[in-house]
Amino acid sequence: MECVFGLVGEGFSIVAADTSAVHSILVHKSNEDKIMVLDSHKLIAASGEPGDRVQFTEYIQKNVALYHFRNGIPLTTAAAANFTRGELATALRKNPYFVNILLAGYDKETGPSLYYIDYIATLHKVDKGAFGYGSYFSLATMDRHYHSRMSVEEAIELVDKCIIEIRSRLVVAPPNFVIKIVDKDGAREYAWRETVKEAADASA
Amino acid sequence: MARYDRAITVFSPDGHLFQVEYALEAVRKGNAAVGVRGTDTIVLGVEKKSTVKLQDSRSVRKIVNLDDHIALACAGLKADARVLVNRARIECQSHRLTVEDPVTVEYITRYIAGLQQKYTQSGGVRPFGLSTLIIGFDPYTNSPSLYQTDPSGTFSAWKANATGRNSNSIREFLEKNYKETSGQETVKLAIRALLEVVESGGKNIEVAVMTKEHGLRQLEEAEIDAVVAEIEAEKAAAEAAKKAPPKET
Repeated sequence: MECVFGLVGEGFSIVAADTSAVHSILVHKSNEDKIMVLDSHKLIAASGEPGDRVQFTEYIQKNVALYHFRNGIPLTTAAAANFTRGELATALRKNPYFVNILLAGYDKETGPSLYYIDYIATLHKVDKGAFGYGSYFSLATMDRHYHSRMSVEEAIELVDKCIIEIRSRLVVAPPNFVIKIVDKDGAREYAWRETVKEAADASA
Repeated sequence: MARYDRAITVFSPDGHLFQVEYALEAVRKGNAAVGVRGTDTIVLGVEKKSTVKLQDSRSVRKIVNLDDHIALACAGLKADARVLVNRARIECQSHRLTVEDPVTVEYITRYIAGLQQKYTQSGGVRPFGLSTLIIGFDPYTNSPSLYQTDPSGTFSAWKANATGRNSNSIREFLEKNYKETSGQETVKLAIRALLEVVESGGKNIEVAVMTKEHGLRQLEEAEIDAVVAEIEAEKAAAEAAKKAPPKET
């Protein structure tokens, strides 16, 4: 029931992910951040087996940092995507990671980009992508309303349309979503869309 | 004595590990490197040979960062340094991955020293021919640190230290002139120490400054020249002052 989707706009890339951590019928927490800041200008939105999700994305993050220290310059988004895909492919026939990834990044030379990487090491460079049951709804909505070089406002409108669609049509729809954006100024959190606030401290 | 050079796993009758001592000799032939710890700033300075005219100096960075908050300079065999630095960089990220915390300066120093020691107690290998100066700010406590390691694998913390060529002269200077400094004063002290043994000029020294907020910053040649000019001016003023008073009595 995890929903992750994203799209590329004019000079930016945006990804949204649900924030429920679920184990069978229990919701552990509804503010789990599934979009990791890979480095200053890259985001990884991941869905799948919770343990694999955290372990794999952290492993990629540390290796991307190591490349930066060794070579004095950061990896491009394409290089990071191919590295990630390579790691998934190597593990695939031994000990596969059940993680689906949307890698969003911004490079000075080539602008914003989005990569679709699924758990059997498929790699596609896309303008819009989605994973999970929510993809049935978000992909359809994006196919209807997306056009290239959307502004941030238009893109957020589209993201919200997708979230509304998922909330109203998916049987066990996640209540909360986090939206993160990456552009020339870096990768950062954009907004949360919450319908259920995580219980705050009990007493004052 | 020559018989004990062949395999470093063998002690000499008077308790020496000759390969380790020869490695220290290699360090003594390497370029001078100095490190000075201030209250909020730590400075590393390294001598640069200026005779290489056709070389692209940007490709020979002698002060490297191991992580966002740790930097290293060394004296001795630069090829050995590359190997050690690579292992240390991997360890910094590996530590972050397993315990979700950046390394402390002491941890990574102990790791590097441990690595250097391993190569003094194995068959068929030679020790790393370099001594390192490691600087950084500990995460959470933000306390500045300066450590030194050598080919034998020993390490210790210092307020200021030097290694490489003429390190004894530099260390003498630092012992006489060290005081708690901060900011630009620390930079000046480090450059003054290095100028004791290096021809003055921004072309001949590489200086990097580490602060908590900005991490490691390599100084431009122009900046170094400016500080050197300041130091020379102060020296000249001191000389003039020395000559003036006798007339006043």
